[in-house]
Amino acid sequence: MSKQSLNIVIGGAAGQGLATIGRLLSKAVVRAGYHLLVTQKYMSRVRGGHNTFAVRLGTEPLLSGTETIDVLAALNEETLDKHSEELAKNALVVAGDDLDTKDRNALRIPFKELAPKPLFYNIVVLGVLAGAIRLDISILEELLTQTFGKKGDEILQGNLDVLRKAYDWVAEQDHEFGFDGTPKAGKGRMMVNGNEAIALGALAAGCNFVSFYPMTPATSVALSLIGKGAPLGLQYEQVEDEIAAVNMALGASYAGAKALVTTSGGGFALMEEGISLAGVSETPLVCVVVQRPGPATGMATRTEQSDLNLVVYAGHGEFPRAVFAPSDPEECFYLTHRAFDLTETYQTPVFVLSDQYLADSYRDEELFDLDGLPEIAAPLLEWKEDEYKRYALTDDGVSPRLIPGYSEALVRADSHEHDESSRITENAENRTVQNSKRLRKETGLFEEVIGPDYYGEEGADVVLMSWGSTLGACLEACERIDSKKTFGVLHFKQVYPLREEQFMDYLESAGKVIAVEGNATAQFAQLVARETGFFAQDRILRFDGRAMTWEYVLKGLTEIL
Amino acid sequence: MVSTEQFGEFETSWCPGCGNFSIVKCLKQALADMDLAPHDILVSSGIGQAAKLPHYMLCNMFNGLHGRSMPVAQGMKMALPDMPVLCVSGDGCSYGEGGNHFLAALRRNMDLTLLVHDNQIYGLTKGQASPTSSRGHVTKAQPEGSRSDGFNPVATAVAMRASFVARAFSGEQDHLVSVIKEAVNHKGFSLVDILQPCVSFNKVNTYAWYKERTYILEDHDPTDWTAAMTLSEEFGERIPLGVIYREDKPVFGHGERLAEHKYDKNDLKAVLQSYT
Ligand SMILES: Cc1ncc(C[n+]2csc(CCOP(=O)(O)OP(=O)(O)O)c2C)c(N)n1
Ligand code: SF4
Repeated sequence: MSKQSLNIVIGGAAGQGLATIGRLLSKAVVRAGYHLLVTQKYMSRVRGGHNTFAVRLGTEPLLSGTETIDVLAALNEETLDKHSEELAKNALVVAGDDLDTKDRNALRIPFKELAPKPLFYNIVVLGVLAGAIRLDISILEELLTQTFGKKGDEILQGNLDVLRKAYDWVAEQDHEFGFDGTPKAGKGRMMVNGNEAIALGALAAGCNFVSFYPMTPATSVALSLIGKGAPLGLQYEQVEDEIAAVNMALGASYAGAKALVTTSGGGFALMEEGISLAGVSETPLVCVVVQRPGPATGMATRTEQSDLNLVVYAGHGEFPRAVFAPSDPEECFYLTHRAFDLTETYQTPVFVLSDQYLADSYRDEELFDLDGLPEIAAPLLEWKEDEYKRYALTDDGVSPRLIPGYSEALVRADSHEHDESSRITENAENRTVQNSKRLRKETGLFEEVIGPDYYGEEGADVVLMSWGSTLGACLEACERIDSKKTFGVLHFKQVYPLREEQFMDYLESAGKVIAVEGNATAQFAQLVARETGFFAQDRILRFDGRAMTWEYVLKGLTEIL
Repeated sequence: MVSTEQFGEFETSWCPGCGNFSIVKCLKQALADMDLAPHDILVSSGIGQAAKLPHYMLCNMFNGLHGRSMPVAQGMKMALPDMPVLCVSGDGCSYGEGGNHFLAALRRNMDLTLLVHDNQIYGLTKGQASPTSSRGHVTKAQPEGSRSDGFNPVATAVAMRASFVARAFSGEQDHLVSVIKEAVNHKGFSLVDILQPCVSFNKVNTYAWYKERTYILEDHDPTDWTAAMTLSEEFGERIPLGVIYREDKPVFGHGERLAEHKYDKNDLKAVLQSYT
């Protein structure tokens, strides 16, 4: 086990409360001043199945999840069986005394002794884990007070007693385990996952409308927005289907809302006609797509990066768009804010493309900077000039957007081809003029493209090309690889449009470029090839439904090099 | 006072004699009577001959996709809650492609008005059976006659205790004007199913066919659900026109216009703090 980082995996069946233990432990870890990275794996069922909540904590910032387990908390037998291969030397196993820990370095918990009722077993596990890693108990006590305080003194006291008993019990046990990392991250940090950070970015951008149909792993974006935004005036509706979601959001946006829809691949496939409507009617809309493996229902609770093509090419006809792919919660926040900025400025759909791994991955983050965010373009509420034309021709393709209801000027939005005044027309010349007007917005969007980040020395022997949530795994693999070669990572957080001059030098000066992606066909490498003619020589692809890890990238590198 | 002229006169792509002409005329009349000018209302429509209506009349409009006028209308209402919202649509658009949205809108009960031009046929796509075509209705796409029962929107809406359910006929213009006014004034979701002859493609449900059967309700109490249910089933030899059912129900909505809604930065800072 590395002294600087520790990987605690809590495993069990759905309904056993492992996410509760995991979240409380994670929050305590962040409050104690450690860095945090959570990887959740779960099955599409409400009870049973095998799920894990992996809490990686460290004294230095953590880049990715890891497959080696330092502490395994097993809530059932299956967890012990499934993870025995992944245990580090000297790993600690925490399990009930009714489970056979097979002579491993273990803390066998006498649940019945430590807790009056099975209801409290979660807190026992929490107390034992905290005791094992010597987390300051007062942090946990405060956390439980905040969590259970509302439920009355008796319930709270019960939980606190059990916590203390379990924590103290560990000190009396004989086990070989120690973790002496000193926390360095500082206090007052947030614990957020990708979906929460998207919701926060949307709120920071003034988003005040969300319509959605539940679909894992996207639902929690809407739930976070509603939970935090509704008390502040956000309007929301869980609608009858994704088609309603996108159309309702467009109606709201037309009428002055800052609207967002959120879904996953299958739901997005249903939204496509509406996305195209946003394009032709020039109605601002931010669409968050949280990927899971397809085709069709695929694996509902697993992760993949296989909907890049779906989003980049979504909708019929031709219209401008931008697509962001954040790599961590911080980018989820700032890029979602940016998505609102662009959609309001250019009046065309903008996408945030995430995935299940990032959606559910909690991290510690500095408080997001609300004061430093740029102002977002606002539509017009007044029209004093002559006739208002919704689709007036302009040099940059952006027409003045007026909100109806504030003036006598009529605001007329249309899905058909239309002239400047929104009259339906099939006139050939007008069609060319209006279509070109819409596509002219691409020039502005192109100028605003956020170029990729490059890590490492320019002209490295090997350059990994990544996008979205795989960044951390690439960076950590490069840090850990034992090789005479030099390595670099070229990472894209905006995947469309691409601006060649921002990155071609890195690709051309690299000894070898390897595309690292969570899909089977290297969709992004193909997009880069389409846009630039440059084709990455090799690929490390993962499409088993699991998140990219540094171990997986390292193994791929060893095979290729 | 608003006059019907304020809504303009436009060349249309409708066939001479189509029932749509009197619907747009009656709608303008109803709005003028209510003193609602073109900029005072929001109109959402889908695709089809009926759905082109807002192109033939001055008003704020969002002319969107086939079947999707209801979600758009509801989004508009949520963002501009104080504006009257109208949704104009065909029977294929509302009850076929948008059937799920129709059912959800009945349940949601926002304060808006759905006007369905019910010609019992698909007009724009040249005469296929629509959800309201009767079983046995022969078309090029249904050469042996439609093999499904016709959908009864009025009975469905009454069965679901929709807030306001009415039927009108484009050939009874004064009645249509008064029903539209009542529907727009009603607080909650209002459905007006308007029988509208398609002279080009529907050779069964013609002007004469509707004229012969329709009658204007005189002493029906629209708050009597059982009586409304019975009336809503009446669609054959006789077809009742008027407000079939009315119920005051909780209306989905709030007061603020979203274009004016802004978050207080301190509130957002508190939200971020809740994650520490
Ligand atoms: C998604 C989609 N499917 C099909 C169509 C083709 N379409 C246009 S209008 C229409 C039916 C129109 O019938 P109705 O709604 O009854 O209106 P009417 O023309 O009779 O007024 C269809 C099928 C379309 N525009 N979009
Ligand atoms: S096709 Fe039918 S519904 Fe359409 S305009 Fe002609 S008559 Fe009217």
